[in-house]
Amino acid sequence: MVTFNILVTVAVAYVVALFVIAFYADRSARRGGNKWLRSPLTYTLSLSVYCTAWTFYGAVGNAARSGLEYLTIYLGPTLVFFAFWVLLRKLVRIGRAERITSIADLISSRFGKSTGLAVLVTSLAVMGTTPYIALQLQSVALSFAAFAPEGGDVNATALWVAAGLALFTILFGTRNLDANERHHGVVTAIAVEAVVKLVALLAVGMFVVWGVSGGLSDTLQIIESSPVAEWQPDAGRWVGMTFLSAAAVICLPRMFQVMVVENEDERHLTVASWAFPLYLLLISLFVLPIAAVGLAVLPEGANPDLFVVTLPLALDQEMLAMLAFLGGFSSATSMVIVAAIALSTMVSNHIVLPLWLSLQGPRATVSGDVRGVMILSRRLSIGAVLALGYAYFRVTGGTAALASIGLVSFAGVAQIMPALLGGLYWRGATRRGALAGLIVGFAVWGYTLFVPAIGLLPATIMEAGPLGLAWLRPQALFGMTGVDPLVHSIFWSIALNSVAFLAVSLVTFPSPIERLQSAAFVHVFERGGGGAGYVGGVAETEDLLVMAQRLLGAREAQALFQGAAAEQGKTGYLPDPSPEFVALLERELAGSVGAATAHAMVRQIDGNASVSVQDLLAVADESAQMLEYSSQLEAKSKELEQTARQLRDANEKLTALSVQKDDFLSQISHELRTPMTSIRSFSEFLMEGGMKAADRVRYSNIIHDESIRLTRLLDDLLDLSFLESGQVVLNAQVTALDALLERAVSSAGVGGLAVTRAPGGEGVMLRTDSDRLSQVFINLISNAQKYCDAETPELVISVRRSGDQVDIDFVDNGSGIPRDQESLIFEKFSRLSDHSSAGSAGLGLAICREVMARLGGTVHYVPGQGGAAFRVSLPLEPEMVAV
Amino acid sequence: MSEGDDKEVGPKAEHKPGRTTFLERSVYRRRRLIDAIKLLPVLGACLFLLPALILGGETGSTALRLVYFFFMWIVLIMLCAVLVRNLPAEPDD
Amino acid sequence: MGRSVLLIEDEPNIIEAISFLLERDGWTVRLHTEGEGAVEAVAAASPDVVVLDVMLPGRSGFDILKELRQGAARPDLPVLMLTARGQTKDRELAHSYGVSCFMTKPFSNAQMLQTVRDLAEGRAPPADP
Repeated sequence: MVTFNILVTVAVAYVVALFVIAFYADRSARRGGNKWLRSPLTYTLSLSVYCTAWTFYGAVGNAARSGLEYLTIYLGPTLVFFAFWVLLRKLVRIGRAERITSIADLISSRFGKSTGLAVLVTSLAVMGTTPYIALQLQSVALSFAAFAPEGGDVNATALWVAAGLALFTILFGTRNLDANERHHGVVTAIAVEAVVKLVALLAVGMFVVWGVSGGLSDTLQIIESSPVAEWQPDAGRWVGMTFLSAAAVICLPRMFQVMVVENEDERHLTVASWAFPLYLLLISLFVLPIAAVGLAVLPEGANPDLFVVTLPLALDQEMLAMLAFLGGFSSATSMVIVAAIALSTMVSNHIVLPLWLSLQGPRATVSGDVRGVMILSRRLSIGAVLALGYAYFRVTGGTAALASIGLVSFAGVAQIMPALLGGLYWRGATRRGALAGLIVGFAVWGYTLFVPAIGLLPATIMEAGPLGLAWLRPQALFGMTGVDPLVHSIFWSIALNSVAFLAVSLVTFPSPIERLQSAAFVHVFERGGGGAGYVGGVAETEDLLVMAQRLLGAREAQALFQGAAAEQGKTGYLPDPSPEFVALLERELAGSVGAATAHAMVRQIDGNASVSVQDLLAVADESAQMLEYSSQLEAKSKELEQTARQLRDANEKLTALSVQKDDFLSQISHELRTPMTSIRSFSEFLMEGGMKAADRVRYSNIIHDESIRLTRLLDDLLDLSFLESGQVVLNAQVTALDALLERAVSSAGVGGLAVTRAPGGEGVMLRTDSDRLSQVFINLISNAQKYCDAETPELVISVRRSGDQVDIDFVDNGSGIPRDQESLIFEKFSRLSDHSSAGSAGLGLAICREVMARLGGTVHYVPGQGGAAFRVSLPLEPEMVAV
Repeated sequence: MSEGDDKEVGPKAEHKPGRTTFLERSVYRRRRLIDAIKLLPVLGACLFLLPALILGGETGSTALRLVYFFFMWIVLIMLCAVLVRNLPAEPDD
Repeated sequence: MGRSVLLIEDEPNIIEAISFLLERDGWTVRLHTEGEGAVEAVAAASPDVVVLDVMLPGRSGFDILKELRQGAARPDLPVLMLTARGQTKDRELAHSYGVSCFMTKPFSNAQMLQTVRDLAEGRAPPADP
């Protein structure tokens, strides 16, 4: 016979084992962790805090009363985990990116770091969770009593359990404040407890199916003939409860804690997506058989909520009963521990600390001081949460069935869902909208479900409505009668909640910080980085730098950051965001943004271990004009920079042009002054008179020739200038190419040059400006006359059609043009220095090139032809460049 | 509308590099797998909720229903496990 | 008199003009028509005055001037430089290389003759015309 003392010993030994496990897991995690701690399996098992004593004991009770309905409590979460890709993944990603510490923090952060929302959600969570904690205490106390009815007072048991859990939670839940809110010891202990409760329930289930009933089909027979089979599905309740449990698994503070805050790696979700539903399936597999067999075997009036323990006891399976007891104990304790951590974080971060800071005044900026207060506040909060739970248990203990309190609690936290989903997927959701939705939903839930459930409303109001207004009856709002009270409450609370949320969001305007946060949340996957390897410090410091640059100016901010980094022994601009550095930064920022810094300090302490950009932007939000001004400055300086760059470019161009112009002028000067020199000199001689007649003739001739040279040079210059400026009028006419060449050769005057015209291909008719083309030919021929250095200079002119163009080659038998000068010959005044010959202004080829460009053709130097070779190419149907 | 998949809306999405009409086979496979994963909760909701809606209030065998739900449940879990196991490592997101 | 001038110039008409001008005054005018070998021609002719054009085929007058001034043989040899480009920076460059006188084309015959005479007699020519 298991005595009360043995039971207590076992329970205490179990708790000690959990302490040891948690202790080693914590230590191992601090030393770099072991693989098991960070495995998806641990993550999945820790999610089982969803399955509380309500599940462990209550599900069988529920099944005994309402048949298959208990399944909905597991099907909802199953669907949510199947939807991990669109929902949970985003939640976890945001949780990591924004360093979210609780569901209240998430809602508050999304809606512009609103303190009001944080307080509201925290209150909701406390109200929804306290009865639930009471429930756990009650179930543990009752299971003790079931074993050993003679042993002790139920209340005393509950008190001891509460005290023990408070101690455990304080020990392992408030150790590591700084390291992003993860509690490895707790999570590991929870995972172990998850295994214990699953094994316990499976063991009892198998014993019932194979030990008592005699196999699967017999069990189904028993179920079929049992009172549980009388239940028939009610569509409203079925859908409503599935929805409720789905909402709860996302919104319950303890689920948020293990799913988002304690998540080590986003990829663990991928495994949990099927493994957690599998866990739920296994947990619920034997619930109905146990209920049916319990009803059949146990005496009438036995509490179905304790069948899991009382059934093995009644069949003299004491060890099995002990295991079942431990399973139930595990379910209760793990829920209470995680819920206490989650609630204490919220209460401490969103209520206690802001209050304390406002009482402290400006002195609160001493960061070490605040950290001590923070830990103390967490510890006190944990104690308070458990005390509250115990008090609730004492006040209402044993008055309501376990299952109904569980559902009431679920419906309460489900009120967070519209704001949560809206915040995740809709950028237009505003803080006021969320506030309105939460308040409305909360009020309707309280009025239609919570208050009636704890029996606080007088019967007259329940039956006739307040002040006799029938349409306000708590369980028949707006005349909706004949509906299950739970479904009725879920329907109205969620519907009115959503309507208020949407409507108010649509008509209100979000503050800048809200808009910033909405973008960060809704588009969390579009942000760079993130992903599996979350890089804490660096990214944040970089953001800080960006922010600081905006407020302090780029150079000052960089100097500040560089100095801080150097002090930390690092190079570059990114120091670790240590408390000292953040404090320093805030002092610096205070100079720019004034009084709002104290506010930023509060922001820094509440919730996040280190300050985020959003916090600082909240500061900037208050001095919006300042930001506006600084961004204007930024825009202006950008504009200035752009203008400066354009000026620099223009200046470079001008300098280059000026060099070209100088060269050109200098060349012109040379070309003009050279003939002038001769003219002046010889004309002075002639003016002196008294020279020989032959000399006089000769000098007159020189003057005459040089004058012509000058005139031609001026003509060429004008011509080229017209060509280049595009002011040339072209007269297109149809001309025979051979006639044109004939004319050019004769007008160039061959001099000593033997011009050979290769026959054939010249019968080409061209539509072009024949005068201009002729000018090109003449220039090329006289070029050969001047520069062909062969003994007997020859020029071969040949015409060839190639495709839709005609090529006219001018090839002489001289030494040609050196390769390195080929590219220069078409430039103005590029008279090659080797050929010193009077009469060339060096503009001929430049003019040729310009003319050909106008005529739509080209002129090129062709190397390797045994002499200087120029090729004029013209399209047969030229598109003359008409300007 | 979910984020981080291949159907984002908005002007930003159109300028995303690599948003091409023809994808590498493996990338295409991955996207269709993700589509399937996204459809899974819908399928689950149909299988879990429709029987209750359709058969609401009618009498029926509780044992049979029990078997139905657990069978569908395990099938969905296996389907989900197969789908996520075949999902190759995420290339970008 | 036996005074000699070495004319380094490539424009035939200008050569003819300067030769006529100086020979009429009793100078012996020797000629070199390109940049290449001009320094050697100076050494060979050992003239009293060198008249040097800037733009020469093969080698620029500045180069030649530089080498003449670096050669230890006659560091004080009078050099009259002629240019048709007429830019101040050319003038500055020539002075930095140690030119005796820098003259821009076109020049007046009288001025040219006077400058050559002054240079030959070691008188400082009037400031660059």
